[in-house]
Amino acid sequence: RDTQQADTEHLSKWKKWRRTSSKSLKKVLGEVKGLSSYLVLWRHDIHSIEGKFGTGIQSYFSFLRFLVLLNFIIFILMFSFVTLPIIISKYGVFNSTIAYISPRIIDDICTIYEPSGDKGLVYFYTYLKDLLSGTGFLEVTHLFYGYYSIDAVWISIMRYNLPLAYLLATFAYLALSFLWIIKRSVEGFKHNLVHDADPFQSYCNKVFAGWDFCITDPHAAQLKHRSLQYELQTDLQEEKLKQKIAERSMVEKLRIYSLRVIINITVIAILSGCFYSIYRVTVFSQENSNDIDNANSQVNLLVQYLPSMVITLANFIGPLIFSFLITFEDYTPAFEIKLTLLRCVFVRLASIGVLLFSLWSQISDCDSDKCEPCGYNYKLYPCWESDVGQEMYKLMIFDFIVILAVALFVDFPRKLLVTHCSCKLIQWFGHKEFEISDNVLEIIYGQTICWIGTFFSPLLPVIATIKYFIIFYVKKIVLIHTRKPAARPIRASSSNFFFLVVLLIGLLLAFVPVGVSIARIPSSKACGPFRNFNTSWEVIPDTILEFPTGLQHVLFGMASEAFAVPFFVI
Amino acid sequence: AYKRFSELLPKEERENACSARVPKSQILMLPELRANPFQHRICHVFSTSETRDDSMSFEDFLDMLSVFSDSATSDIKSHYAFRIFDFDNDGTLDRKDLEQLVNCLTGQGEESRLSSAEMEQLIQNILEESDIDKDGTINLSEFQHVVSRSPDFARCGDLQR
Repeated sequence: RDTQQADTEHLSKWKKWRRTSSKSLKKVLGEVKGLSSYLVLWRHDIHSIEGKFGTGIQSYFSFLRFLVLLNFIIFILMFSFVTLPIIISKYGVFNSTIAYISPRIIDDICTIYEPSGDKGLVYFYTYLKDLLSGTGFLEVTHLFYGYYSIDAVWISIMRYNLPLAYLLATFAYLALSFLWIIKRSVEGFKHNLVHDADPFQSYCNKVFAGWDFCITDPHAAQLKHRSLQYELQTDLQEEKLKQKIAERSMVEKLRIYSLRVIINITVIAILSGCFYSIYRVTVFSQENSNDIDNANSQVNLLVQYLPSMVITLANFIGPLIFSFLITFEDYTPAFEIKLTLLRCVFVRLASIGVLLFSLWSQISDCDSDKCEPCGYNYKLYPCWESDVGQEMYKLMIFDFIVILAVALFVDFPRKLLVTHCSCKLIQWFGHKEFEISDNVLEIIYGQTICWIGTFFSPLLPVIATIKYFIIFYVKKIVLIHTRKPAARPIRASSSNFFFLVVLLIGLLLAFVPVGVSIARIPSSKACGPFRNFNTSWEVIPDTILEFPTGLQHVLFGMASEAFAVPFFVI
Repeated sequence: AYKRFSELLPKEERENACSARVPKSQILMLPELRANPFQHRICHVFSTSETRDDSMSFEDFLDMLSVFSDSATSDIKSHYAFRIFDFDNDGTLDRKDLEQLVNCLTGQGEESRLSSAEMEQLIQNILEESDIDKDGTINLSEFQHVVSRSPDFARCGDLQR
């Protein structure tokens, strides 16, 4: 400070002013940052979780918060561009009117669609059943694609092209999710790079620069001690293991490689078994739930939920089998964890893919001329987009129910049993640790369903937002009351990056079904905004043809390959 | 900073805070130092007391804060870090210093220490990475060299003001 004061006496007035103004600017910025951190959702909750359970678990909760925000923004997007104009014009605000689609009189058969909205006297039970399966009264609401049979909305003198808006909003939310995830993962990636940058120095780095001098809470200090100890120990163990691997003889190597090949084949066999059963169950469920038989409505509900149950079962058993098998493969611990995780991710995301594939094979089931005039199986699926939307809705609701049920019926009783009953078997079971990777895969699975389903059911994001909001509190309560702090603290920075990478994989996977539905499969002629088009994608070329020719040329030029490829590369 | 220093003094001596010395036990009650495993070393390094009781005057206190702020250069930080890690004050980091350093990092309890085999392996690795002249100890320039290439060091030495 003395030297600083001595310096200022020599400086000119201008520099003095600059210095004081930059100091006060820094102060103001610091205060603004402090204030704005109060506005962040759940800031206090996540902070306290970090203090008690470490940064690994905290990263799970901040990931959950990120998803809540993302879903909320997607909901706002879809709502304001798709649902809001319809609501505005229904109530005649701003002098608006609706222009309904007049179906082209090509083939009347394709346009027969009678959603069984509840008529007459209905039992309360039917409402519950409809709520759970998205049929009945829900089918004729804004929730599903089939309701949006509107060509345009006239607001005063402007014509708001609804089909175009629907399509563009879909592209917008996919692009928004993509960009936001990339932005978040870039920060994590840089951190990762730095950490792995100098393997020659990792020990020195950990020992000399390992202690964070900002820690003031003794609890957090203890956590830091434990994580440092664990990190050092794992690093040393890995080094010893690598030495052992390098010293393996030829015979041992052969044995291990052949064992690995066998186990990989087993894993692939198990996966194909799962996928095949999902396929068969979906086909069965679709065939049987279309026979509306009110007497068997409980069974009907069960049949409708059968695909979701099978998928959840596969998601539950798969990881158990994989973690059992991998112990035979003799990898380093870090690689073991990564490989098991990769396999679990594959099971979860591919099962959604298989479900959709089996749905499509049903919809486009064109042997014996079932889909002659319309291009798709119009008898069973007069409005196939709503059906796909319903499947996604059912998956989401079932996922939510399972998470709540597991929390209520597995975690709490387990804790009660372990604390009160001193029977040896139960004590060996022990308290459960918070499995971060399993929980994260669960929510990524839910988010992928949401992304795929939003095209078919525009209000799905709001359901997802509410679902994740409730899950945050449920998981937090379960964590605080039933979990013990992990004996093996996990580093947060690399896990954050990993979660985002898996989320990105889920998003890219979601692009495929949405893309195929938009571009390949003919849109339903009986419902929805794309009735007069062959496929949903056709809206865009049609609209472009209405532009002035100069603009058309520009747009075609942009779309031509010579331009598009370098554009994407950059 | 002056306010915080005077808060550490008992009431009678607050008038003369500029020239008073705060005993070590009071310094250790500062929140930043409370949870720090190197608290004793920090007090020892920054204290200029002739009676070697590790008490700190106001200038010592200021020194400590300035080294830990984000306007200190990494040279200064690494210099002081070296002195803090040098448990036997002999000017080099030898095996015993490193062993004590690692024990401080992993915690105070019995079960939180590394086994002797692990400790051997770890110290061997550290010396391999940083000991350039292969004399079995790390001197100041070797330490500064290693630390300058470490990406975490700059962050860890910043107390938030």
